[in-house]
Amino acid sequence: MMANKSTMKTHHEPLFHVVKRDDMSAGKAWLVRISTIVISFIFIGFVSMVLTGKNFGEAFETMFLGAFGRIFDGRMTMLWKYLQDVAILLALSLALTPAFKMKFWNCGAEGQTLMGGLASIICMIELGGKMQTLPLIAVIAVSSIAAGAIWGLIPAIFKALFNTNETLFTLMMNYIATQIIAYYVYIKGGGSNVINPVPYGNFPTVGDNDYFVNIVIVAVITILMFIYLKFSKQGYEISVVGESQNTARYVGINVKKVIIRTMVISGALCGVTGMLLVAGKDHSINTNLVGGQGFTAILMSWLGQFNPFIMVFMTGIVIFLKLGVAKIADDALLNSSFSEIIVGFVILMLVGCEFFIHYSIKFRHNKKEVKA
Amino acid sequence: MIIQFFCRAVLLGVPLLYGSTGEILTEKSGHLNLGIPGIMYVGAISGVTGSLIYENSCGNDIANMNPLLAVLIPLVFSIVGSVLMGLVYSFLTVTLHANQNVTGLALTTLGIGLGNFLGSSLISITNSDLPSIALTNTSSFFSTKLPFYDKLGVVGELIFSYDFLTYFAIIIAVIVAIVLNRTRVGLNLRSVGENPATADAAGINVVKYRYIATAVGSAIAGLGGLQYVMAYASGCWTNNAFGDRGWMAIALVIFALWKPSLAILGSFFFGALCNANNYIQGLGTETQELFKMIPYIATIVVLIITSMRKKREHQPPASLGINYFREER
Repeated sequence: MMANKSTMKTHHEPLFHVVKRDDMSAGKAWLVRISTIVISFIFIGFVSMVLTGKNFGEAFETMFLGAFGRIFDGRMTMLWKYLQDVAILLALSLALTPAFKMKFWNCGAEGQTLMGGLASIICMIELGGKMQTLPLIAVIAVSSIAAGAIWGLIPAIFKALFNTNETLFTLMMNYIATQIIAYYVYIKGGGSNVINPVPYGNFPTVGDNDYFVNIVIVAVITILMFIYLKFSKQGYEISVVGESQNTARYVGINVKKVIIRTMVISGALCGVTGMLLVAGKDHSINTNLVGGQGFTAILMSWLGQFNPFIMVFMTGIVIFLKLGVAKIADDALLNSSFSEIIVGFVILMLVGCEFFIHYSIKFRHNKKEVKA
Repeated sequence: MIIQFFCRAVLLGVPLLYGSTGEILTEKSGHLNLGIPGIMYVGAISGVTGSLIYENSCGNDIANMNPLLAVLIPLVFSIVGSVLMGLVYSFLTVTLHANQNVTGLALTTLGIGLGNFLGSSLISITNSDLPSIALTNTSSFFSTKLPFYDKLGVVGELIFSYDFLTYFAIIIAVIVAIVLNRTRVGLNLRSVGENPATADAAGINVVKYRYIATAVGSAIAGLGGLQYVMAYASGCWTNNAFGDRGWMAIALVIFALWKPSLAILGSFFFGALCNANNYIQGLGTETQELFKMIPYIATIVVLIITSMRKKREHQPPASLGINYFREER
């Protein structure tokens, strides 16, 4: 074999080959990611130019207006709405993060959030008017956290005991939750499929801002989750179980207990999000409460590399795109699903760019490295 | 009544059968393609686009339409659309080693967005009053039944009353089953899914097998979307009407224990479950909503049972969901 090598080399060595690398510094890795985002934005800008007939700058101005509104004129309503949307998506991403770090693919954020929302609306309808607002909000909080936690606990138990496929289990739990909501809405809405906003148990408005409480709650969760994952013993156990269950067993971690505990936390945080959506935002419920954000949150958690603060950045960009591109689509009389395409495109770009962070391409003759 | 129930169950089951046959083929190569729901949307909307172009070029007059072209053009469009999506998936996961779950979910977001976006754009182009596109002419070609089905009474109704894509689905499932279990290509494909390093050492081109399995799997899944629009929904595209069938197709893969032959029965069973709420007497609308849970609960029960009985032949391909990088051993 060695003897043949020199003769084979000229004919059979491929033009380039891919080598794994672990040495890229965090700063350089972020340079790659940021450049990917910039390239995607330039591409989106060009697409918007074609669609709307505006020039490049105007296209971005439209996006900016769509996301933030006229903040320079002192009108902050859109900005608050933007922050609220970021907060909800961020809350879902944070909820999923401990589970993902453990390599438990919780695709059930949608269902867990719906159940949390259902618990909230039941409390608001049944107890509203019979209790003071603050005790009522406490009851809402406890019950929606419990509801979300239970919805997350069920697949976790089967995962821990029988290693049941959690991706599909949690997915199916979403649809069961959706049907339960449909049933409840039908009963309470008197067949009209709409529950009118319930005036009880709503989160207080600060200033004249409806969303302030939600945003503060999510900000607190972000910091707590960062501390929990990075500095607590439980957070450490999660990362060991995620790396290798055998290692975890060897060092004496009770893997089953960690799986169940982590999913209860994940589900409970989804329950909190449900409460934020129902008691803090809509004051009502329908089957489209979460609107598919449970899936986007999975991607956010992954792209944020399980770091809550990076997730703030990522969700900020995605919501900006979603609202901004929806505005462009609206101006061009296109369907708002256009923003889903763009969000999907940017996420695929970001997923793809990880290749250039973890691998490098080596060419045959000149040992040049290709940078992204 | 019972016969009608059975026929609806089959019609509802066929998109699931396409989806799960495609997914089985992909999963056998070791790739878990969670983009299938999006790919089925794209398959459907590409077919709709193709047939809309053809119908318009014939002046929307059924007399001018060539039956063969009316069927072939949507078929080709649908296959091209879904294969492109499959190639995006395999480029990211096979070539760029991206995480399969994340890529798949992003592709589903993209695919459903594409479906709804193109759908609503086409709706506005056709100046339809309703939020839907009606392709009744094309659909009439797609749902042409066998000429002798009504002469055979109940048997004809039960077995011969479907559109050709339904029979096509069963034929494809059988072919995939044969290819997987009885041919050298199938053996190679399974070895790629079980242990790509060994397959690589044996001289099998892992990358090629994974690309082809994903692309062909996506093409098959996309046909499910087309069948839904053209045969089940009588050529009527409405945004989001396809719903969560893609996810059920993926669940069906586990239900069928990665066997296309079992997927045939499983899909009809799922079709029946999806439809049961319409055929149980005396249900109020609210209880119907509860009964719509049945297929999902059935899936969960199946997931639990298959995971409890750890039979060796009922396991997923050993390296499912794990990317293969030759230099990493």
